[in-house]
Amino acid sequence: MKRYVIATLLGLAAAAVALPAHALSPDEARHLLLRTGFGATPQQIRALEPMDRARAVRTILDATVTEAVTPPPAFMANTRPDWPAHYRSTDEEAKMAFNKARDAEAVELKAWWYAEMIATPSPFTERMVLFWHNHFTSSMDKVRHTDLLFRQNALFRQNTTGSFRTLVHAVAKDPAMVRYLDSQANRKAAPNENFARELLELYTLGEGRYSEKDIREAARAFTGWHMNDTDGQFRFNKGQHDDGVKTVLGKTGKFDGGDVIDIILARPDTAVFMTAKLWREFVSDTPDAAEVSRLAKIYRDSDYDTRAVLEAIFAAPAFWAAEQRGALIKSPVELLVGTVRSFEIPIADTTPFVEYGRRLRQDIFNPPNVKGWPGGTWWISTYTLLERREVVLRLLNGSDLGAAPGSGGMGSNSMGGSAMGGGMTATPAATKAPGAAPAPGIALWVDAHGTLAASPEAAAKLLLAAAPVEPPVGKAGRTMIEALVLDPAYQVK
Amino acid sequence: MTDPSLTRRRFLEGAALLALAGALPAGCAVAPRTGPQASLNNVLVLVELNGGNDGLNTVVPFADPLYAKLRPTLALAPDSLVKLDTQSALHPGLAPLMTAWNGGELAIVQGVGYDKPNLSHFRSIEIWESASDSEQILPDGWLARVLVQQPGAARRLAEGAVFGRPSIGPLMGANARAVLMDSFHNFASKASKVDAPAAKPANPALAHVVRTQGEIARAGDILAARLQGPQPVVKTTFPRTGIGGQFGNAARLIATGADVPVIKVSAGSFDTHTYERNTHDRLITELGAALAAFRLAMLETGNWQRVTVMTYSEFGRRPAENSAQGTDHGTAAPQFLLGPGVRGGFHGAAPSLTDLSDSNMKHHVDFRDIYASVLRQWWNIDPRPALQRNGADLRLFV
Repeated sequence: MKRYVIATLLGLAAAAVALPAHALSPDEARHLLLRTGFGATPQQIRALEPMDRARAVRTILDATVTEAVTPPPAFMANTRPDWPAHYRSTDEEAKMAFNKARDAEAVELKAWWYAEMIATPSPFTERMVLFWHNHFTSSMDKVRHTDLLFRQNALFRQNTTGSFRTLVHAVAKDPAMVRYLDSQANRKAAPNENFARELLELYTLGEGRYSEKDIREAARAFTGWHMNDTDGQFRFNKGQHDDGVKTVLGKTGKFDGGDVIDIILARPDTAVFMTAKLWREFVSDTPDAAEVSRLAKIYRDSDYDTRAVLEAIFAAPAFWAAEQRGALIKSPVELLVGTVRSFEIPIADTTPFVEYGRRLRQDIFNPPNVKGWPGGTWWISTYTLLERREVVLRLLNGSDLGAAPGSGGMGSNSMGGSAMGGGMTATPAATKAPGAAPAPGIALWVDAHGTLAASPEAAAKLLLAAAPVEPPVGKAGRTMIEALVLDPAYQVK
Repeated sequence: MTDPSLTRRRFLEGAALLALAGALPAGCAVAPRTGPQASLNNVLVLVELNGGNDGLNTVVPFADPLYAKLRPTLALAPDSLVKLDTQSALHPGLAPLMTAWNGGELAIVQGVGYDKPNLSHFRSIEIWESASDSEQILPDGWLARVLVQQPGAARRLAEGAVFGRPSIGPLMGANARAVLMDSFHNFASKASKVDAPAAKPANPALAHVVRTQGEIARAGDILAARLQGPQPVVKTTFPRTGIGGQFGNAARLIATGADVPVIKVSAGSFDTHTYERNTHDRLITELGAALAAFRLAMLETGNWQRVTVMTYSEFGRRPAENSAQGTDHGTAAPQFLLGPGVRGGFHGAAPSLTDLSDSNMKHHVDFRDIYASVLRQWWNIDPRPALQRNGADLRLFV
């Protein structure tokens, strides 16, 4: 019986392999790049075109990295934690100076991440880091310690497509999270429910799939999950831990936080909730219940191997369906980084991106609340659409970007680019030299892509995921490119 | 040109007033009504207290010894409070509202909530903003549902304008138009340069972008026309806080006379799980100062008669403080209505600190009865179709 099943499975696998492998069309290649990365260049499209869907997806997933290529922000070299002395201080001026320095570091941190997103050889890695940042939210406003947020960001990069189980356990002990959801204040005598509630509601099971009593009991299990203020690391504070019997989601025992996480992960609803969220990130705003249920089983059966479920999602017919092209709205970060990467705009300093992101309502490292950015059509309001149009034009003109490193010439890797990334050089630090040449914006791109810049149809096919709403008939060069990025179709992917 | 809908609305208003007169008990005459005329020219300014405002430290039951007992570190000192009667007092940060309170322009509805309270921020605010039952999912905001049914859509700038936190909440869906702005003047100048696309794409994401661009263009045209000639000036100074700035922008928009029945602003975060006093004292104080400035600006520009301000929050907080000088998610809380049209004073009843359900207070007033009162009395709109209930007649307006 068992042998028969295996034989059948092998047969199916053979059949799958035997299917004729279709090379990707340019539209399909662009679709895959826009959905898994930031923008798409002609070189990236050409690199994927000979591949079939499965191979193209594998190529992108295989390219995932676990370390950033951009050197850490300068403040990471400072002695940390430095806050115990700050907490004890009664000098109001010193306190204000401390907070001001922290705010400056936050700008440095955000600029660093933008630089990484622009430079990375694996845009998909950063898309997943953004996904986890928007899932396991922590904000600078609450956490206040930039080094903790930098370390949390590194934790996400280590686990982009690994085990969700590993990631949930790590996040529950992550010092930034311990501060963000008040685990630090969760003590035996009067538990603080904040982390337990959001763990159940937003990070794993989803709203309505637990009771208020489950939250209170789970909060008891996480009592004493603190951060050590002397080394900034997680510390299990035994004296503040309630080691009594708890009942969570129908299970009873002397649970600690780790037990509660495993109880939650054993619920099929957790896999469904997470799969639906990945679907909304990569496929559409309206998850197909039957498909999500099929994919969630893959997630659960693989013990939450994120790569396994992603590969299945990117193989799903819905991902490739023609009606899905341009059916998602670009996040502000995708719009910004995608524009820079698509046009290979030289960036001397990524600091202006911090303000751009804030204006477009995606202030990275500062999600609006614990649920993160809602995404979808929420990104586009009368306010943000006006701002998007203005900011994209500023990028095209290089208005705030300073001169390119190396006297405005493009880096040697920028026009060639690797198949998956074509990473560019960008520095997070303010290095604008006085008297430097004006920033070129897209001037170099227009010069280098004469054929594209002469044809509105060809340029639209490269730059837009949907046909332009108002085709720039009769326009060429920079004027035509400006019309295309101001077209509503530039806002979708 | 005469707008036929206008005539129809006047007729309906008259009919509704007659019906109302018939329903009133003998001795309660309609004639002495001195408040503003109910009509859709009236503006409702919503203040979302995002995160779950602690009602007990907003309207303080100072005479109840349990208050101080439940809150060893969080209870406000009795001598710091602004006493309203022998039982209740305002947080000291709300002292700037006392002119309005003494003038009968501030209504405080106590113990507001709903059955089977949901303690998730996100689900509970959906319930408040869609005016649903606890376990019912309604896709559209309660004001969106109501306002798209009202005549005069062609004249309106939009059904609502939103400043601050970019959540349109009660204006969501039902094809209602919500205009989000940062600063009123920035928006007006940028929007007037945008054209509405002619095409209507089938792709829903793209259709949303196209529609939004159309709304920008439309609002830009209307505001440009309003801003021609002598500019309406608001001289009142607003506090330099987030909520102060939002109220300043709301005042400048109202002063243009543009037709926009709802304006939403927001303050927060009130989600005070730890060290509540620092955050809550600051937020409430900022709110009090901003509300007082807004009232003055509306008086200054002659618009106060057509304005009602209403606060709301997804829930209150637990009466007992936790181990970190904070409070966890709770239930019943007070709601404020401010304006010359409201019937000032207390409505409802302060929730009991002893008769708790799962450590949380029990509500006495369903929030939808407040909405019903706003619709019926402030706008002269039958609340039943949108709220699916008759509702107790709270008579929150004069």
